[in-house]
Amino acid sequence: MQISPRKLSMHLVILALGLFMLYPILWLISSSFKPSGMIFTDTSLWPKAVTLSNYVQGWAGIAGTRFSSFFVNSFIIALACVAGNVLTCSLAAYAFGRLDFSLKKIWFAVMMVTIMLPHHVTIIPQYILFKHLNWINTYYPLTIPKWLSTDAFFIFLMVQFIRGLPRELDESATIDGCGQIQIYWRIVLPLAMPALITTAIFTFIWTWDDFFGALLYLNSANLYTVPLGLRLFMDSTGDSAWGPLLAMSALSLVPSMIIFFSCQKYFVEGISTSGIKG
Amino acid sequence: MERNGTAVLVRDSGSFSHTLKKLWRRNRVAYLFLLPWFAGLLVFTIGPMMTSFYYSLTRFDLMTPPRYIGLQNYLTMFTADPRYIASLKVTITYVLVSVPLKLTIALLIAALMNRGLRGLAFYRTLYYLPTLLGGSVAIAVMWRKIFGNSGVLNQFLADAFGIQAPNWVADPSYALYSIVALSVWQFGSSMIIFLAGLKQIPQDYYEASQVDGARKLRQFFSITLPLLSPVIFFNLVIQLIGSFQSFTQAFIISGGQGGPMDSTLFYTLYLYMKGFGFYEMGYASAMAWVLLVIIGVFTAIIFGTSKYWVHYGDGGK
Repeated sequence: MQISPRKLSMHLVILALGLFMLYPILWLISSSFKPSGMIFTDTSLWPKAVTLSNYVQGWAGIAGTRFSSFFVNSFIIALACVAGNVLTCSLAAYAFGRLDFSLKKIWFAVMMVTIMLPHHVTIIPQYILFKHLNWINTYYPLTIPKWLSTDAFFIFLMVQFIRGLPRELDESATIDGCGQIQIYWRIVLPLAMPALITTAIFTFIWTWDDFFGALLYLNSANLYTVPLGLRLFMDSTGDSAWGPLLAMSALSLVPSMIIFFSCQKYFVEGISTSGIKG
Repeated sequence: MERNGTAVLVRDSGSFSHTLKKLWRRNRVAYLFLLPWFAGLLVFTIGPMMTSFYYSLTRFDLMTPPRYIGLQNYLTMFTADPRYIASLKVTITYVLVSVPLKLTIALLIAALMNRGLRGLAFYRTLYYLPTLLGGSVAIAVMWRKIFGNSGVLNQFLADAFGIQAPNWVADPSYALYSIVALSVWQFGSSMIIFLAGLKQIPQDYYEASQVDGARKLRQFFSITLPLLSPVIFFNLVIQLIGSFQSFTQAFIISGGQGGPMDSTLFYTLYLYMKGFGFYEMGYASAMAWVLLVIIGVFTAIIFGTSKYWVHYGDGGK
Protein backbone atom coordinates (compact mmCIF):
# COMPACT_ATOMS: atom_id res chain seq x y z
CA MET A 1 0.00 0.00 0.00
CA GLN A 2 1.22 3.44 -0.92
CA ILE A 3 1.26 6.13 1.74
CA SER A 4 1.20 9.64 0.45
CA PRO A 5 4.00 11.91 1.69
CA ARG A 6 1.34 14.19 3.11
CA LYS A 7 -0.13 11.45 5.27
CA LEU A 8 3.32 10.25 6.26
CA SER A 9 4.31 13.69 7.48
CA MET A 10 1.09 13.91 9.48
CA HIS A 11 1.85 10.58 11.10
CA LEU A 12 5.30 11.83 11.98
CA VAL A 13 3.98 15.05 13.50
CA ILE A 14 1.40 13.22 15.63
CA LEU A 15 3.92 10.62 16.71
CA ALA A 16 6.53 13.22 17.63
CA LEU A 17 4.02 15.23 19.64
CA GLY A 18 2.86 12.08 21.37
CA LEU A 19 6.38 11.10 22.35
CA PHE A 20 6.93 14.62 23.62
CA MET A 21 3.83 14.15 25.79
CA LEU A 22 5.08 10.84 27.08
CA TYR A 23 8.55 12.15 27.84
CA PRO A 24 7.87 12.99 31.52
CA ILE A 25 6.49 9.51 32.19
CA LEU A 26 9.38 7.87 30.37
CA TRP A 27 11.79 10.05 32.32
CA LEU A 28 10.21 8.92 35.58
CA ILE A 29 10.52 5.27 34.66
CA SER A 30 14.05 5.54 33.35
CA SER A 31 15.26 7.60 36.33
CA SER A 32 13.90 5.09 38.76
CA PHE A 33 16.48 2.61 37.43
CA LYS A 34 19.42 4.99 37.64
CA PRO A 35 21.87 4.96 40.54
CA SER A 36 21.10 7.84 42.93
CA GLY A 37 24.05 9.96 41.85
CA MET A 38 23.04 9.85 38.19
CA ILE A 39 19.35 10.80 38.39
CA PHE A 40 20.01 14.47 37.83
CA THR A 41 23.29 14.27 35.96
CA ASP A 42 22.36 11.69 33.36
CA THR A 43 19.50 13.28 31.43
CA SER A 44 19.27 10.68 28.69
CA LEU A 45 16.25 8.41 28.72
CA TRP A 46 18.45 5.35 28.31
CA PRO A 47 20.25 4.96 31.66
CA LYS A 48 24.05 4.68 31.43
CA ALA A 49 23.95 2.33 34.39
CA VAL A 50 20.99 0.31 35.59
CA THR A 51 20.24 -0.60 39.19
CA LEU A 52 17.32 -2.04 41.10
CA SER A 53 18.48 -0.61 44.40
CA ASN A 54 15.92 2.23 44.30
CA TYR A 55 13.16 -0.34 44.14
CA VAL A 56 14.67 -2.48 46.89
CA GLN A 57 15.13 0.54 49.15
CA GLY A 58 11.69 1.97 48.36
CA TRP A 59 9.85 -1.30 48.79
CA ALA A 60 11.45 -1.70 52.24
CA GLY A 61 9.25 1.24 53.15
CA ILE A 62 9.28 4.17 55.51
CA ALA A 63 8.11 5.07 59.00
CA GLY A 64 8.12 1.42 59.99
CA THR A 65 5.71 0.52 57.19
CA ARG A 66 6.66 -1.54 54.20
CA PHE A 67 5.56 -0.13 50.87
CA SER A 68 3.73 -3.35 50.13
CA SER A 69 1.27 -2.49 52.88
CA PHE A 70 0.42 0.82 51.17
CA PHE A 71 -0.35 -1.19 48.07
CA VAL A 72 -2.52 -3.69 49.92
CA ASN A 73 -4.41 -0.85 51.66
CA SER A 74 -5.03 0.92 48.38
CA PHE A 75 -6.28 -2.26 46.79
CA ILE A 76 -8.69 -2.99 49.65
CA ILE A 77 -10.19 0.51 49.47
CA ALA A 78 -10.33 0.60 45.69
CA LEU A 79 -12.02 -2.78 45.41
CA ALA A 80 -14.59 -1.90 48.10
CA CYS A 81 -15.37 1.32 46.22
CA VAL A 82 -15.66 -0.46 42.87
CA ALA A 83 -18.12 -2.99 44.28
CA GLY A 84 -20.16 -0.25 45.97
CA ASN A 85 -20.36 1.98 42.92
CA VAL A 86 -21.19 -0.80 40.49
CA LEU A 87 -23.92 -2.26 42.67
CA THR A 88 -25.69 0.78 44.08
CA CYS A 89 -25.32 3.06 41.06
CA SER A 90 -26.74 0.35 38.84
CA LEU A 91 -29.74 -0.06 41.17
CA ALA A 92 -30.55 3.63 40.92
CA ALA A 93 -29.81 3.65 37.20
CA TYR A 94 -32.27 0.81 36.64
CA ALA A 95 -35.00 2.79 38.37
CA PHE A 96 -34.26 5.94 36.35
CA GLY A 97 -33.72 4.12 33.09
CA ARG A 98 -36.50 1.56 33.18
CA LEU A 99 -39.16 2.16 35.81
CA ASP A 100 -41.96 4.65 35.90
CA PHE A 101 -42.65 6.34 39.22
CA SER A 102 -43.91 9.53 40.78
CA LEU A 103 -41.57 12.55 40.87
CA LYS A 104 -39.14 10.78 38.56
CA LYS A 105 -38.20 13.95 36.67
CA ILE A 106 -37.53 15.87 39.86
CA TRP A 107 -35.34 13.17 41.36
CA PHE A 108 -33.45 12.84 38.12
CA ALA A 109 -32.81 16.59 38.10
CA VAL A 110 -31.63 16.42 41.71
CA MET A 111 -29.19 13.71 40.74
CA MET A 112 -27.83 15.75 37.85
CA VAL A 113 -27.30 18.73 40.15
CA THR A 114 -25.30 16.62 42.60
CA ILE A 115 -22.91 15.78 39.77
CA MET A 116 -22.09 19.45 39.31
CA LEU A 117 -21.83 20.24 43.00
CA PRO A 118 -18.28 20.90 44.23
CA HIS A 119 -17.70 18.38 47.00
CA HIS A 120 -16.01 20.98 49.19
CA VAL A 121 -19.45 22.21 50.18
CA THR A 122 -20.16 18.97 51.96
CA ILE A 123 -16.69 17.98 53.09
CA ILE A 124 -16.63 19.70 56.48
CA PRO A 125 -19.97 18.42 57.82
CA GLN A 126 -19.06 15.00 56.45
CA TYR A 127 -15.79 15.09 58.33
CA ILE A 128 -17.59 16.08 61.53
CA LEU A 129 -20.16 13.34 61.00
CA PHE A 130 -17.44 10.72 60.58
CA LYS A 131 -15.68 12.09 63.65
CA HIS A 132 -18.86 11.64 65.70
CA LEU A 133 -19.17 8.10 64.40
CA ASN A 134 -15.55 7.45 65.43
CA TRP A 135 -14.75 6.60 61.84
CA ILE A 136 -11.67 8.81 61.55
CA ASN A 137 -8.60 6.72 60.83
CA THR A 138 -10.69 3.89 59.41
CA TYR A 139 -11.59 3.03 55.83
CA TYR A 140 -15.32 3.67 56.34
CA PRO A 141 -15.29 7.36 55.32
CA LEU A 142 -13.54 6.39 52.08
CA THR A 143 -15.75 3.44 51.18
CA ILE A 144 -19.23 3.68 52.74
CA PRO A 145 -20.30 6.73 50.66
CA LYS A 146 -19.70 4.68 47.50
CA TRP A 147 -22.14 2.08 48.80
CA LEU A 148 -24.77 4.84 48.87
CA SER A 149 -24.06 5.92 45.29
CA THR A 150 -22.59 9.32 46.06
CA ASP A 151 -20.73 9.21 42.72
CA ALA A 152 -23.93 10.12 40.92
CA PHE A 153 -21.95 10.58 37.77
CA PHE A 154 -21.93 6.83 37.27
CA ILE A 155 -25.70 6.64 37.74
CA PHE A 156 -26.01 9.04 34.83
CA LEU A 157 -23.60 7.01 32.72
CA MET A 158 -25.55 3.81 33.35
CA VAL A 159 -28.94 5.46 32.79
CA GLN A 160 -27.72 6.59 29.37
CA PHE A 161 -26.66 3.07 28.59
CA ILE A 162 -29.72 1.28 29.98
CA ARG A 163 -32.07 3.55 28.03
CA GLY A 164 -30.46 2.25 24.87
CA LEU A 165 -31.26 -1.39 25.62
CA PRO A 166 -34.28 -2.85 23.84
CA ARG A 167 -37.39 -2.88 26.02
CA GLU A 168 -38.80 -5.97 24.32
CA LEU A 169 -36.49 -8.08 26.47
CA ASP A 170 -38.08 -6.78 29.67
CA GLU A 171 -41.53 -7.35 28.27
CA SER A 172 -40.90 -10.94 27.33
CA ALA A 173 -39.28 -11.53 30.71
CA THR A 174 -42.39 -10.11 32.38
CA ILE A 175 -44.52 -12.50 30.40
CA ASP A 176 -42.28 -15.31 31.58
CA GLY A 177 -43.09 -14.25 35.11
CA CYS A 178 -39.99 -12.26 36.05
CA GLY A 179 -40.31 -9.49 38.63
CA GLN A 180 -38.44 -6.20 38.40
CA ILE A 181 -35.63 -7.47 40.58
CA GLN A 182 -35.10 -10.46 38.31
CA ILE A 183 -35.24 -8.29 35.21
CA TYR A 184 -32.62 -6.01 36.75
CA TRP A 185 -30.36 -8.85 37.80
CA ARG A 186 -30.77 -11.34 34.96
CA ILE A 187 -31.41 -9.14 31.96
CA VAL A 188 -30.38 -5.53 32.36
CA LEU A 189 -27.17 -6.01 34.36
CA PRO A 190 -25.60 -8.53 31.98
CA LEU A 191 -26.49 -6.36 28.99
CA ALA A 192 -25.19 -3.22 30.68
CA MET A 193 -21.80 -4.83 31.18
CA PRO A 194 -19.88 -2.22 29.13
CA ALA A 195 -21.28 0.56 31.34
CA LEU A 196 -20.51 -1.45 34.47
CA ILE A 197 -16.96 -2.07 33.34
CA THR A 198 -16.48 1.61 32.52
CA THR A 199 -17.73 2.48 35.99
CA ALA A 200 -15.47 -0.12 37.56
CA ILE A 201 -12.28 1.00 35.85
CA PHE A 202 -12.83 4.70 36.48
CA THR A 203 -13.80 4.08 40.09
CA PHE A 204 -10.70 1.99 40.57
CA ILE A 205 -8.31 4.50 39.07
CA TRP A 206 -9.83 7.53 40.79
CA THR A 207 -9.86 5.78 44.15
CA TRP A 208 -6.33 4.58 43.57
CA ASP A 209 -5.23 8.17 42.93
CA ASP A 210 -7.40 9.77 45.61
CA PHE A 211 -5.17 11.90 47.75
CA PHE A 212 -7.53 14.37 49.38
CA GLY A 213 -9.85 11.80 50.98
CA ALA A 214 -7.00 9.71 52.33
CA LEU A 215 -5.24 12.84 53.59
CA LEU A 216 -8.35 13.86 55.51
CA TYR A 217 -9.30 10.58 57.07
CA LEU A 218 -6.17 8.48 57.60
CA ASN A 219 -3.62 9.22 60.33
CA SER A 220 -1.66 6.04 61.00
CA ALA A 221 1.06 5.08 58.56
CA ASN A 222 0.02 1.43 58.62
CA LEU A 223 -3.37 2.41 57.16
CA TYR A 224 -1.91 4.74 54.54
CA THR A 225 -2.68 4.34 50.86
CA VAL A 226 -0.12 4.61 48.09
CA PRO A 227 -0.53 8.39 47.53
CA LEU A 228 0.00 9.06 51.24
CA GLY A 229 2.93 6.67 51.28
CA LEU A 230 4.57 8.62 48.45
CA ARG A 231 4.01 11.87 50.26
CA LEU A 232 5.55 10.41 53.41
CA PHE A 233 8.63 9.57 51.35
CA MET A 234 8.76 13.02 49.87
CA ASP A 235 8.49 14.84 53.17
CA SER A 236 10.81 12.90 55.36
CA THR A 237 13.67 12.08 53.05
CA GLY A 238 14.25 15.55 51.66
CA ASP A 239 16.35 15.67 48.55
CA SER A 240 18.59 12.77 49.44
CA ALA A 241 16.35 9.83 48.57
CA TRP A 242 14.81 10.78 45.26
CA GLY A 243 15.75 7.40 43.84
CA PRO A 244 13.41 5.32 46.03
CA LEU A 245 10.70 8.00 45.75
CA LEU A 246 10.83 7.89 41.96
CA ALA A 247 10.92 4.10 41.99
CA MET A 248 7.82 3.87 44.17
CA SER A 249 6.12 6.59 42.11
CA ALA A 250 6.73 4.57 38.97
CA LEU A 251 5.45 1.44 40.69
CA SER A 252 2.32 3.26 41.85
CA LEU A 253 1.36 3.87 38.21
CA VAL A 254 1.51 0.19 37.29
CA PRO A 255 -2.05 -0.88 38.29
CA SER A 256 -3.63 2.03 36.40
CA MET A 257 -1.49 1.27 33.35
CA ILE A 258 -2.38 -2.41 33.37
CA ILE A 259 -6.07 -1.59 33.56
CA PHE A 260 -5.70 1.05 30.88
CA PHE A 261 -3.96 -1.17 28.39
CA SER A 262 -6.30 -4.09 28.95
CA CYS A 263 -9.51 -2.03 28.80
CA GLN A 264 -8.73 0.64 26.20
CA LYS A 265 -11.93 0.04 24.32
CA TYR A 266 -14.02 0.87 27.36
CA PHE A 267 -12.00 3.95 28.15
CA VAL A 268 -12.58 5.52 24.79
CA GLU A 269 -16.22 4.48 24.69
CA GLY A 270 -16.83 5.62 28.24
CA ILE A 271 -15.24 9.00 27.67
CA SER A 272 -16.71 9.77 24.30
CA THR A 273 -20.27 8.75 25.12
CA SER A 274 -20.52 10.19 28.57
CA GLY A 275 -17.80 12.79 28.84
CA ILE A 276 -15.99 11.37 31.85
CA LYS A 277 -13.49 14.03 32.70
CA GLY A 278 -10.66 11.62 33.39
CA MET B 1 -45.42 -9.09 40.62
CA GLU B 2 -46.60 -5.75 39.24
CA ARG B 3 -50.09 -5.56 37.85
CA ASN B 4 -50.14 -1.82 37.33
CA GLY B 5 -52.11 -1.89 34.14
CA THR B 6 -55.33 -3.04 35.71
CA ALA B 7 -54.89 -1.28 39.02
CA VAL B 8 -54.79 2.13 37.36
CA LEU B 9 -58.01 1.52 35.47
CA VAL B 10 -60.05 0.80 38.57
CA ARG B 11 -61.99 3.91 39.55
CA ASP B 12 -61.18 4.60 43.16
CA SER B 13 -63.62 6.07 45.63
CA GLY B 14 -61.33 9.05 46.13
CA SER B 15 -60.50 8.27 49.71
CA PHE B 16 -57.10 9.46 50.89
CA SER B 17 -55.91 6.09 52.13
CA HIS B 18 -56.89 4.55 48.88
CA THR B 19 -54.83 7.07 46.95
CA LEU B 20 -51.88 6.44 49.22
CA LYS B 21 -52.21 2.72 48.70
CA LYS B 22 -52.26 3.22 44.98
CA LEU B 23 -49.21 5.47 45.10
CA TRP B 24 -47.38 2.95 47.23
CA ARG B 25 -48.18 0.09 44.89
CA ARG B 26 -47.16 2.10 41.87
CA ASN B 27 -43.90 3.37 43.31
CA ARG B 28 -42.59 0.90 45.83
CA VAL B 29 -40.37 -1.07 43.47
CA ALA B 30 -38.72 2.00 41.98
CA TYR B 31 -38.18 3.59 45.36
CA LEU B 32 -36.73 0.33 46.62
CA PHE B 33 -34.18 0.45 43.83
CA LEU B 34 -33.43 4.07 44.69
CA LEU B 35 -33.09 3.44 48.41
CA PRO B 36 -29.27 3.43 48.63
CA TRP B 37 -29.10 6.58 46.53
CA PHE B 38 -31.75 8.32 48.63
CA ALA B 39 -29.88 7.41 51.81
CA GLY B 40 -26.64 8.73 50.35
CA LEU B 41 -28.32 11.89 49.11
CA LEU B 42 -29.72 12.63 52.52
CA VAL B 43 -26.73 11.65 54.65
CA PHE B 44 -23.86 12.75 52.42
CA THR B 45 -25.27 15.59 50.34
CA ILE B 46 -28.43 17.36 51.51
CA GLY B 47 -27.77 16.99 55.22
CA PRO B 48 -24.16 18.18 54.97
CA MET B 49 -25.14 21.06 52.68
CA MET B 50 -27.62 22.40 55.18
CA THR B 51 -25.21 21.92 58.05
CA SER B 52 -22.40 23.48 56.09
CA PHE B 53 -24.49 26.55 55.41
CA TYR B 54 -25.24 26.86 59.10
CA TYR B 55 -21.55 26.40 60.01
CA SER B 56 -20.65 29.15 57.58
CA LEU B 57 -22.52 31.55 59.87
CA THR B 58 -20.64 30.43 62.97
CA ARG B 59 -17.25 30.31 64.60
CA PHE B 60 -16.49 26.64 65.07
CA ASP B 61 -13.21 25.11 66.15
CA LEU B 62 -14.47 21.54 66.57
CA MET B 63 -13.70 21.58 70.32
CA THR B 64 -16.46 23.94 71.47
CA PRO B 65 -19.96 24.06 69.96
CA PRO B 66 -20.45 26.37 66.96
CA ARG B 67 -21.18 29.99 67.90
CA TYR B 68 -23.46 32.03 65.62
CA ILE B 69 -21.72 35.13 64.23
CA GLY B 70 -23.92 36.01 61.26
CA LEU B 71 -22.11 37.02 58.10
CA GLN B 72 -18.82 37.71 59.89
CA ASN B 73 -16.92 34.93 58.07
CA TYR B 74 -17.98 36.21 54.68
CA LEU B 75 -17.06 39.74 55.68
CA THR B 76 -13.63 38.74 56.98
CA MET B 77 -12.91 36.86 53.79
CA PHE B 78 -13.28 39.84 51.54
CA THR B 79 -12.08 42.60 53.83
CA ALA B 80 -9.53 41.26 56.27
CA ASP B 81 -7.89 38.17 54.81
CA PRO B 82 -5.29 38.94 52.15
CA ARG B 83 -4.40 35.24 51.85
CA TYR B 84 -8.00 34.51 50.92
CA ILE B 85 -7.91 37.16 48.20
CA ALA B 86 -4.59 35.71 47.05
CA SER B 87 -6.09 32.23 46.80
CA LEU B 88 -9.01 33.61 44.83
CA LYS B 89 -6.66 35.32 42.39
CA VAL B 90 -4.48 32.24 42.01
CA THR B 91 -7.46 30.01 41.30
CA ILE B 92 -9.20 32.32 38.86
CA THR B 93 -5.93 32.95 37.00
CA TYR B 94 -5.36 29.22 36.87
CA VAL B 95 -8.84 28.53 35.49
CA LEU B 96 -8.78 31.37 32.97
CA VAL B 97 -5.37 30.38 31.62
CA SER B 98 -5.43 26.60 31.79
CA VAL B 99 -8.95 25.81 30.58
CA PRO B 100 -8.86 27.73 27.26
CA LEU B 101 -5.30 26.58 26.59
CA LYS B 102 -6.16 22.97 27.31
CA LEU B 103 -9.29 22.99 25.16
CA THR B 104 -7.58 24.75 22.25
CA ILE B 105 -4.79 22.19 22.18
CA ALA B 106 -7.26 19.32 22.59
CA LEU B 107 -9.31 20.63 19.66
CA LEU B 108 -6.31 21.20 17.39
CA ILE B 109 -4.90 17.74 18.03
CA ALA B 110 -8.34 16.17 17.60
CA ALA B 111 -8.78 17.98 14.27
CA LEU B 112 -5.32 16.85 13.19
CA MET B 113 -6.17 13.27 14.05
CA ASN B 114 -9.55 13.29 12.40
CA ARG B 115 -8.18 13.05 8.89
CA GLY B 116 -8.74 9.40 8.25
CA LEU B 117 -5.36 8.34 9.53
CA ARG B 118 -4.66 4.72 10.23
CA GLY B 119 -3.64 3.78 13.75
CA LEU B 120 -6.01 6.27 15.34
CA ALA B 121 -6.61 3.98 18.31
CA PHE B 122 -2.89 3.88 19.03
CA TYR B 123 -2.54 7.67 18.92
CA ARG B 124 -5.59 8.17 21.11
CA THR B 125 -3.99 5.88 23.68
CA LEU B 126 -0.73 7.78 23.52
CA TYR B 127 -2.40 11.14 24.12
CA TYR B 128 -4.75 9.90 26.80
CA LEU B 129 -2.09 8.36 29.01
CA PRO B 130 -1.08 11.65 30.71
CA THR B 131 -4.73 12.33 31.58
CA LEU B 132 -5.12 8.86 32.99
CA LEU B 133 -2.12 9.15 35.28
CA GLY B 134 -2.26 12.90 35.83
CA GLY B 135 -4.28 12.90 39.02
CA SER B 136 -1.75 10.81 40.88
CA VAL B 137 0.76 11.98 43.45
CA ALA B 138 3.46 10.20 41.45
CA ILE B 139 2.99 12.53 38.49
CA ALA B 140 2.98 15.61 40.72
CA VAL B 141 6.21 14.42 42.33
CA MET B 142 7.71 13.89 38.91
CA TRP B 143 6.55 17.31 37.72
CA ARG B 144 8.12 18.99 40.69
CA LYS B 145 11.38 17.29 39.86
CA ILE B 146 11.32 17.98 36.14
CA PHE B 147 10.51 21.66 36.65
CA GLY B 148 12.82 22.02 39.63
CA ASN B 149 16.04 23.97 39.66
CA SER B 150 18.31 21.13 38.61
CA GLY B 151 15.47 19.44 36.75
CA VAL B 152 15.58 17.94 33.30
CA LEU B 153 13.86 20.89 31.68
CA ASN B 154 16.47 23.37 32.85
CA GLN B 155 19.33 21.07 31.97
CA PHE B 156 17.87 20.70 28.53
CA LEU B 157 17.43 24.47 28.14
CA ALA B 158 21.00 25.02 29.29
CA ASP B 159 22.50 22.32 27.06
CA ALA B 160 20.49 23.07 23.95
CA PHE B 161 20.11 26.85 24.04
CA GLY B 162 22.46 27.97 26.78
CA ILE B 163 19.54 29.50 28.64
CA GLN B 164 19.84 29.94 32.38
CA ALA B 165 16.22 29.16 33.27
CA PRO B 166 14.60 30.01 36.59
CA ASN B 167 13.66 27.48 39.23
CA TRP B 168 10.13 27.17 37.92
CA VAL B 169 8.47 25.66 40.96
CA ALA B 170 10.23 27.90 43.49
CA ASP B 171 9.86 31.23 41.69
CA PRO B 172 6.64 33.07 42.60
CA SER B 173 6.22 34.41 39.07
CA TYR B 174 6.41 30.97 37.45
CA ALA B 175 5.26 28.41 40.02
CA LEU B 176 1.60 28.67 39.09
CA TYR B 177 2.41 28.23 35.41
CA SER B 178 4.24 25.00 36.04
CA ILE B 179 0.94 23.72 37.46
CA VAL B 180 -0.93 25.19 34.49
CA ALA B 181 1.44 23.24 32.26
CA LEU B 182 0.63 20.08 34.19
CA SER B 183 -3.08 20.65 33.65
CA VAL B 184 -2.71 21.45 29.96
CA TRP B 185 -0.59 18.34 29.51
CA GLN B 186 -3.69 16.37 30.47
CA PHE B 187 -5.85 17.36 27.52
CA GLY B 188 -6.50 13.73 26.58
CA SER B 189 -10.09 13.28 27.67
CA SER B 190 -11.21 16.60 26.16
CA MET B 191 -9.50 15.50 22.97
CA ILE B 192 -11.34 12.17 22.89
CA ILE B 193 -14.67 13.96 23.37
CA PHE B 194 -13.77 16.39 20.55
CA LEU B 195 -12.83 13.46 18.32
CA ALA B 196 -16.18 11.81 18.94
CA GLY B 197 -17.87 15.12 18.09
CA LEU B 198 -15.85 15.58 14.92
CA LYS B 199 -16.89 12.16 13.71
CA GLN B 200 -20.53 13.27 13.90
CA ILE B 201 -20.06 16.05 11.37
CA PRO B 202 -21.34 14.86 7.98
CA GLN B 203 -18.66 14.80 5.29
CA ASP B 204 -21.12 16.27 2.74
CA TYR B 205 -20.74 19.69 4.33
CA TYR B 206 -17.04 19.70 3.59
CA GLU B 207 -17.55 18.39 0.09
CA ALA B 208 -20.21 20.98 -0.65
CA SER B 209 -18.06 23.81 0.64
CA GLN B 210 -15.12 22.53 -1.36
CA VAL B 211 -17.21 22.84 -4.49
CA ASP B 212 -17.85 26.43 -3.42
CA GLY B 213 -14.09 26.87 -3.20
CA ALA B 214 -13.66 27.09 0.57
CA ARG B 215 -10.19 26.44 1.89
CA LYS B 216 -9.31 24.26 4.86
CA LEU B 217 -9.00 27.17 7.27
CA ARG B 218 -12.30 28.63 6.14
CA GLN B 219 -13.93 25.20 6.51
CA PHE B 220 -12.61 24.92 10.03
CA PHE B 221 -14.13 28.23 11.07
CA SER B 222 -17.41 28.01 9.18
CA ILE B 223 -18.19 24.31 9.42
CA THR B 224 -16.16 22.54 12.08
CA LEU B 225 -16.33 25.11 14.85
CA PRO B 226 -20.08 25.87 14.67
CA LEU B 227 -21.06 22.22 14.37
CA LEU B 228 -18.74 21.31 17.20
CA SER B 229 -19.97 24.08 19.47
CA PRO B 230 -22.21 21.84 21.61
CA VAL B 231 -19.20 19.67 22.35
CA ILE B 232 -17.04 22.72 23.05
CA PHE B 233 -19.74 23.93 25.40
CA PHE B 234 -19.82 20.61 27.19
CA ASN B 235 -16.04 20.36 27.54
CA LEU B 236 -15.87 23.94 28.76
CA VAL B 237 -18.39 23.36 31.55
CA ILE B 238 -16.76 20.09 32.66
CA GLN B 239 -13.23 21.49 32.65
CA LEU B 240 -14.27 24.68 34.39
CA ILE B 241 -15.98 22.89 37.26
CA GLY B 242 -13.05 20.50 37.60
CA SER B 243 -10.36 23.19 37.46
CA PHE B 244 -11.87 25.25 40.25
CA GLN B 245 -11.49 22.21 42.48
CA SER B 246 -7.86 21.30 41.72
CA PHE B 247 -6.02 20.23 44.82
CA THR B 248 -3.53 17.36 44.64
CA GLN B 249 -1.14 18.93 42.16
CA ALA B 250 -0.98 22.20 44.04
CA PHE B 251 -0.56 20.42 47.33
CA ILE B 252 2.34 18.25 46.18
CA ILE B 253 4.12 20.80 44.00
CA SER B 254 3.90 23.54 46.61
CA GLY B 255 4.83 21.22 49.46
CA GLY B 256 1.38 21.59 51.00
CA GLN B 257 1.80 25.30 51.74
CA GLY B 258 0.75 27.05 48.55
CA GLY B 259 4.20 28.61 48.29
CA PRO B 260 6.35 30.27 47.09
CA MET B 261 4.81 33.46 48.51
CA ASP B 262 1.28 32.06 48.16
CA SER B 263 1.68 31.98 44.39
CA THR B 264 0.18 28.47 44.24
CA LEU B 265 -2.26 28.90 47.11
CA PHE B 266 -5.21 27.30 45.34
CA TYR B 267 -8.65 27.97 46.74
CA THR B 268 -9.17 24.38 47.84
CA LEU B 269 -5.71 24.27 49.38
CA TYR B 270 -6.45 27.32 51.51
CA LEU B 271 -9.84 25.86 52.40
CA TYR B 272 -8.10 22.69 53.54
CA MET B 273 -5.56 24.67 55.57
CA LYS B 274 -8.27 26.75 57.24
CA GLY B 275 -10.48 23.79 58.03
CA PHE B 276 -8.07 21.03 58.86
CA GLY B 277 -4.90 22.95 59.69
CA PHE B 278 -6.28 25.79 61.82
CA TYR B 279 -9.62 24.12 62.64
CA GLU B 280 -11.63 27.13 61.54
CA MET B 281 -14.53 25.01 60.36
CA GLY B 282 -16.99 27.91 60.11
CA TYR B 283 -14.63 29.93 57.97
CA ALA B 284 -13.83 26.95 55.74
CA SER B 285 -17.55 26.28 55.28
CA ALA B 286 -18.11 29.88 54.25
CA MET B 287 -15.26 29.51 51.76
CA ALA B 288 -16.92 26.40 50.35
CA TRP B 289 -20.18 28.30 49.82
CA VAL B 290 -18.42 31.14 48.06
CA LEU B 291 -16.73 28.56 45.82
CA LEU B 292 -20.13 27.10 45.02
CA VAL B 293 -21.41 30.55 44.09
CA ILE B 294 -18.33 31.33 41.97
CA ILE B 295 -18.62 28.06 40.05
CA GLY B 296 -22.35 28.71 39.70
CA VAL B 297 -21.75 32.20 38.29
CA PHE B 298 -19.14 31.00 35.80
CA THR B 299 -21.37 28.14 34.70
CA ALA B 300 -24.35 30.49 34.41
CA ILE B 301 -22.31 32.85 32.22
CA ILE B 302 -21.42 29.98 29.90
CA PHE B 303 -25.03 28.78 29.79
CA GLY B 304 -26.33 32.33 29.38
CA THR B 305 -24.05 33.19 26.47
CA SER B 306 -24.45 29.77 24.88
CA LYS B 307 -27.37 30.85 22.72
CA TYR B 308 -25.02 33.19 20.90
CA TRP B 309 -22.33 30.69 20.14
CA VAL B 310 -23.65 27.16 20.58
CA HIS B 311 -25.42 25.86 17.49
CA TYR B 312 -27.50 22.76 17.71
CA GLY B 313 -28.05 20.82 14.51
CA ASP B 314 -31.82 20.95 14.89
CA GLY B 315 -31.83 24.74 15.01
CA GLY B 316 -31.83 25.03 18.77
CA LYS B 317 -34.12 23.31 21.19
